[in-house]
Amino acid sequence: MFYREAGQFKASYQADQQIFPIIQDRVGIAIVIALAALVIPVIANEYWLKAILVPVLIFSLAAIGLNILTGYAGQLSLGSAAFMAVGAFGAYNFMLRIDGMPFLVALVLGGLAAAAVGVLFGLPSLRIKGFYLAVATLAAQFFIVWALVKFPWFSNYSSSGVITAQDIVILGYTFDGPVAKYLLTLAIVVVLALMAKNLVRTSTGRAWMAVRDMDVAAEVIGIRPMRTKLIAFAVSSFYCGVAGGLYAFTYLGTVEPEGFNLDLSFRILFMIIIGGVGSIMGSFLGAAFIVLLPIFLDNVIPHLFGNLFSASFASNLQLIVFGGLIIFFLIVEPHGLARLWQIGKEKLRLWPFPH
Amino acid sequence: MEFKKTVMLGALVAGTLAAGVAMAAEQFIGLPSYRVGAYAAGGSGIYGGWIDYMNLINERDGGVGGVKLVWEECETEYNNARGVECYERLKNKGETGNSMFSPLSTGITYSVLDKVADDKIPLVTIGYGRTDAADGRVFPWVFPLITTYWSQATTMIKYIESKEGDLKGKKIVLLYHDSAYGKEPHAVLDRMAADKGFTVEKIAVAHPGNEQQSQWLQIRQIRPDWVILWGWGVMNPTALKAAAKTGFPRTKMLGVWWSGAEEDTIPAGSAAKGFTAAGFNVAGADYPVIKDIKKVVYGKSLGNMEDESRVGSVYYNRGVVHGIIAVEAIRKAQEKYGKGKALTGEQIRWGYENLNIDDKKLAELGAAGFMPPLKTSCMDHEGSGKVKYQSWDGAKWQVVTDWIDADKQMVRGMIEESAAKYAQEKGITPRDCSKEM
Repeated sequence: MFYREAGQFKASYQADQQIFPIIQDRVGIAIVIALAALVIPVIANEYWLKAILVPVLIFSLAAIGLNILTGYAGQLSLGSAAFMAVGAFGAYNFMLRIDGMPFLVALVLGGLAAAAVGVLFGLPSLRIKGFYLAVATLAAQFFIVWALVKFPWFSNYSSSGVITAQDIVILGYTFDGPVAKYLLTLAIVVVLALMAKNLVRTSTGRAWMAVRDMDVAAEVIGIRPMRTKLIAFAVSSFYCGVAGGLYAFTYLGTVEPEGFNLDLSFRILFMIIIGGVGSIMGSFLGAAFIVLLPIFLDNVIPHLFGNLFSASFASNLQLIVFGGLIIFFLIVEPHGLARLWQIGKEKLRLWPFPH
Repeated sequence: MEFKKTVMLGALVAGTLAAGVAMAAEQFIGLPSYRVGAYAAGGSGIYGGWIDYMNLINERDGGVGGVKLVWEECETEYNNARGVECYERLKNKGETGNSMFSPLSTGITYSVLDKVADDKIPLVTIGYGRTDAADGRVFPWVFPLITTYWSQATTMIKYIESKEGDLKGKKIVLLYHDSAYGKEPHAVLDRMAADKGFTVEKIAVAHPGNEQQSQWLQIRQIRPDWVILWGWGVMNPTALKAAAKTGFPRTKMLGVWWSGAEEDTIPAGSAAKGFTAAGFNVAGADYPVIKDIKKVVYGKSLGNMEDESRVGSVYYNRGVVHGIIAVEAIRKAQEKYGKGKALTGEQIRWGYENLNIDDKKLAELGAAGFMPPLKTSCMDHEGSGKVKYQSWDGAKWQVVTDWIDADKQMVRGMIEESAAKYAQEKGITPRDCSKEM
């Protein structure tokens, strides 16, 4: 009933081709964006903005990047954190070395640098598949972090290899408060997420899915696998790179190459597995799950049991519960949280008269 | 009867509440600890020692100047993002907000470096973190106390010099953890090598460092006079075992203070015997402060360590050092801003900047020889630069030197150079220390 499309006629190609063809989706997304942009900055305190919402948005963007590559184009990657590092160090160096470089341009250039590196490390995908490709992208993970430590030029000869992000100034306005940084992050993430949502419906996106489902068949119907896979690597790395730039500039402020280690790559991979492989919305859900749940547990478990357990045991218990919940969700819904939402939508369509 | 009971209970509760209000002054300290993951041994030891010391102060002395210390832990898992979350979560807790932030992780230190100035919370990094923050003019809110990596590197060369006499023509290998942390000593060692005429070969070990075959093959070919081990976690016992296999004498191996705990040597077994490592605190439970903790805190079963035998270990004692310095900073700040009330982070920052823990004070605290004397100022946020060396005799750490001074002149010059570059990059105008009181 709430989700009935009956009566929504599309009279033009334009109406048929918009990102959200159903009016409920359009209204829903508009409400969510309006809430995030207008209400949350007013009601959320500094802790929520700085420590919770900004990282969730940034990791959502990185998860979208990986989802494009793994979920849509079917190429398993373990190098997402390294591409984030390229984006972060790229944006920093563009800002540093070119006078008057605007922040947004530097961010995009950082993303493009990540895309170029991504294409380079995507080349093996033409010959190797599946887990073997994961190993090849693992090389990217280690090589990039190593290179950023090895060549001091990247960190402007800082003795410890750490970079400190410059101030963000757009059109004379300095984004320094938590609200300003949150809104900037939100704006970039929303624009890029909508672009991604649109991109996966284009011929490029359909080519990715064809290659994912069966690359020989895709080739037979005229899709060039090399071009398709490399575009997927480029777009995916671009998203990760922009996420990395935001990670350095709007979230942490100071980053070191080791911050972008294999652990972070795995976390991003878990985000898309939990959220839903091949779903833009799942990227957001997965990022929220992986970022928020440990924090939630850390807040709840010590209070729940008080001094019953020692601090070490309480810390370990959090990990146990976290792992247990991941397994639980994967068992009840192997297709991720996005699938749960989809099932919910179908239920709402029929409600209150199921068959 | 029932009624009477209820009234009495009510009176009791009211009385307790009133008492609670009367002694409400509590100083809150947020502890961004890590007790899980690869570095849990360090985290649980250091934060455990710190908490035990604060418990000792509360139980034995009734707090600092009548103010009870209260704290809350927040699990960071040694992860930068979690560390930032903990920082934000803890910063407004307690009466006056968080008094200090000590994440025991260089990565988290960098992640909150810019935030502490806005929030007015001192960032205390004892024996790690950003070295050039020792220049208090550029970094008023950051305290890399006691000694920095650069100071430590100079004491290592001094130690080797004391064993070898002249260093001219000697070969030293730096076996380092391939990370920002491992790269810290490079510039200092290069400069000292040029001054004293020895050569430094730097050999990197990729994280986590449980595979060092090729590195030790290289060391065998170089045949160095000394190997400096700049390791972390599992890399340390692996290096010691590999050295034993290669036949390199462990007595010619010198470790950084993150290579010199029981957790680094015991897994290496007999291969660790003779290995020497730096420390800005020593191991051992014979110091009066540790004895007091055992008596007062563990006597009342308030101890934080699950395994009481770790009391007196290197990491545990390092936590006690954290506790001593935190308490003395609060005490110092109370002298200026008033006793009997909770102080803000800004006031405690002043305390950290004007610390003066001399030998007499250390003896009063029951920590003579346990940690070096410490005197900070607006210029100098390091305060000491002294390090002792300890040798592993196969069962425990034995102190083998007195406090060795760093080559302050050289390190200070490099710190000021690096801090000035940072100030220029960030558009910071350094404070004028003659105007600070």
